[in-house]
Amino acid sequence: MINLRINGDMRAVDVPGDMPLLWVLRDILGLTGTKFGCGIAQCGACTVHLDGIPVRSCLLPVGTIGERAITTIEGIAETPNGAKIQKAWLDLEVIQCGYCQSGQIMSATALLNVTPNPDDADIDAAMAGNICRCGTYVRIREAIKQAAKSV
Amino acid sequence: MFDATATRAGPTRRTFLKAGAAVGGAFLLGFHLPSAMAANAETTVFAPNAFIRIDRQGKVTLIMPQVEMGQGIYTTVAMILAEELDAAFDQVVLEAAPPNDALYANPTFRIQVTGNSNSVRAFWLPLRKAGAAARALLVEASARIWQVDPATCRTDSGEVFHDASGRKASYAALVEHTAGLTAPADPPLKSTANFKLIGQSLKRLDTPDKVNGKVIYGIDAMPPGVTFATLAACPVFGGKVGHVDDSKAKSLPGVRQIVVLDDLVAVVGDHMWAARQGLEALKITWVEGPNAAVSSDDVWKQLRAASEKEGVTARSVGDATGALSKGELIEAAYELPFLAHATMEPMNCTVHLTADSCEIWVGSQVLSRAQAVAAKITGLPLEKITVHNLLIGGGFGRRLEVDHIDKAVRIAQQVAAPVKVVWTREEDIRHDVYRPVYRDRLSATLSGGRIVGWKHRITGSSIIARWLPPAFQKGIDIDAIDSAADIPYDIPNLSVDYVRDEPPAMPTGFWRGVGPNNNVFAIESFMDELARKAGKDPVAFRRDMLGKAPRLQAVLDLAAAKAGWGNPLPPRMGRGIALQTSFGSYIATVAEAEVDEAGEIRVRRIVSAVDTGIVVNPDTVVAQVQGGLIFGLTAALYGEITIDRGRVQQSNFHDYRMLRIDQTPAIEVHLIKSGEAPGGIGETGTTAAPPALGNAIFAATGVRLRRLPIDRSLLAGRKVG
Repeated sequence: MINLRINGDMRAVDVPGDMPLLWVLRDILGLTGTKFGCGIAQCGACTVHLDGIPVRSCLLPVGTIGERAITTIEGIAETPNGAKIQKAWLDLEVIQCGYCQSGQIMSATALLNVTPNPDDADIDAAMAGNICRCGTYVRIREAIKQAAKSV
Repeated sequence: MFDATATRAGPTRRTFLKAGAAVGGAFLLGFHLPSAMAANAETTVFAPNAFIRIDRQGKVTLIMPQVEMGQGIYTTVAMILAEELDAAFDQVVLEAAPPNDALYANPTFRIQVTGNSNSVRAFWLPLRKAGAAARALLVEASARIWQVDPATCRTDSGEVFHDASGRKASYAALVEHTAGLTAPADPPLKSTANFKLIGQSLKRLDTPDKVNGKVIYGIDAMPPGVTFATLAACPVFGGKVGHVDDSKAKSLPGVRQIVVLDDLVAVVGDHMWAARQGLEALKITWVEGPNAAVSSDDVWKQLRAASEKEGVTARSVGDATGALSKGELIEAAYELPFLAHATMEPMNCTVHLTADSCEIWVGSQVLSRAQAVAAKITGLPLEKITVHNLLIGGGFGRRLEVDHIDKAVRIAQQVAAPVKVVWTREEDIRHDVYRPVYRDRLSATLSGGRIVGWKHRITGSSIIARWLPPAFQKGIDIDAIDSAADIPYDIPNLSVDYVRDEPPAMPTGFWRGVGPNNNVFAIESFMDELARKAGKDPVAFRRDMLGKAPRLQAVLDLAAAKAGWGNPLPPRMGRGIALQTSFGSYIATVAEAEVDEAGEIRVRRIVSAVDTGIVVNPDTVVAQVQGGLIFGLTAALYGEITIDRGRVQQSNFHDYRMLRIDQTPAIEVHLIKSGEAPGGIGETGTTAAPPALGNAIFAATGVRLRRLPIDRSLLAGRKVG
């Protein structure tokens, strides 16, 4: 059994330690908001937080997480920056198909956690690992700036 | 054309079982659509196609014939219906239509399909008439109760008013009084000046659940007892499974079953990780078949040879041969590569098959075909096959195909439990249905700064011949010639012909932008070449030949003004223009790009001016153009699928690259106010970006790019002013 702290809840899962967190979340725990996109940490769709830091869950062995707190898209509204990002995403209608947006929101929230007022270069550096095939980047940029300004 | 009846029916239609059973006593309006492709009145098929349902609590349910894949169509279609119904938009609830061609066929294609940027164009009038007919029935019901002339009543936000007597009634209260009334055959439509919803940037109905992980895409289906599978099809197109050694895979924890079919192997497990581990542990010997030696060189040799043949004439004006024989003949050929769709949601399909039923969870642009393919494989009648159409994590044409459903159902035939089949990204890239390679040969003659002779030969695969055979007539693929046969420039002598050439090995399919992709790239690149030959500015050269296309002239002027066309730029930077009339919309796009000494390209800014007729939801139109431009930039800068030994060489996002945020230019989209019927928008940006960028790079470097993706080695080390 592996014990995980996910969105504030303790969950025990009977899975191999080398199983990536992505599949534990999706297939074992039914937390399907975290998405599979590439499986090789190239697209960012699977981004979650470990102690507030963004990680690609598709390559993260679940046995290495230990005590660190996992936050997924299902729990991000409970964090102040997560809620701000979600609101800005809706206010500016960032989303199209939405499949990558869980990962985008997780990366954007993590950016605000460390850089409260990001400029374009900060945004590029923090968000370049998240692919959006619908091409919502222009609005992602605006929405991060709006969220940073909001209280 | 309407055959609407108000009933107090409960679940009178099987397709309504889910909602109807829960509601009961609902107002149900079916309506008939004219079939746009019918040859004459005798063969016209009238069939109910979409529905409005209002329950006694006043909830207005709109049954959505079109599927949501990010283009905002749920909101747009709901706005059109609600506008004429005069419903309060916050009372509107959406329900995805079940598979049923008879009820929900797209009026243009006659099957249930969402594609070709056609939803608003196809359903604009039918849905307005449906809304207006429903509204007229509710007014009629209230007028009878009040014993007044219906003409003295008005409606607003889900209520009927009789101002003279100060009475009003909610639609909810009127539901039971609509029984026995007949809807008007030709209800009056609102004048555009009276639109309350259309033209507003209303908030999208599908997005709130997309910020919190609640939205369910096909890949998120979790029916009770579901198992997880992933698959490998023969890496060589058309190959078969030879031998499978599963001794190691079978012993892995979590692996339940190895499924070996004629053309693929799947591993079923307790979760996707087990399935993937199991698949990697298999030793599969393939029988590679007739395509085992095919390479990209073979593809291009065949295509180039085919483009030397005479094609089937798609359009002929004046005397092209005569006009092309006088003066300097300017010639160029343009080539586009195979492309994968790479939707962010990899291909997947979940199936629960029992002896007498089949339940499918999937995101599909062709719902009735999804059902039909399952029926064909299982032998079950259509009514035994339930398809849950979930939201789509990117379509772009990929989900106009049903190969993923075909494979999942065949795997499910071997599995006792519900099975979710998820493709790896590698499988998704290597077994796509690819945007075909195209070769466009153009030639022209000039006189007095204008084009006097024009010949355009398009050579490529016919997707239509496979996908919609009745539409493939007399050797012409109507998609492949789209935006070429109807070139907007005023050219006195022109000829457009088409050579069908099916590439070896590679399956071909629709890809965002479809036929106009190659045609707009070729034509607008060539127009730029001709402008230089004529010694004219590329904007002025085009403008002088748009006398018969005032809407295009207007967007050209707007885009040029907004982009600062003609203002000086620093060295190594250039602006390029591209025009198009594709999908019923008129668009001019200016790209501004910088090329460094290593040949790397920085797209700095894109300005598009758009006349797409009446705009239902302006913000959605802007979003579609922004996203479409980025999709087109990705193709121009990076997109190419190649094959070697019959296998696709790319596999994932590291070698099939996508534009990322740090390469994204500033994008401005300017909409022109128009009273014309709406055009299509979802694919327009994709067709616009590559030629605008190519022309900008020419302006920056003097290098003419006639192939995509852009070859940086042609630009490297280039000394420019």
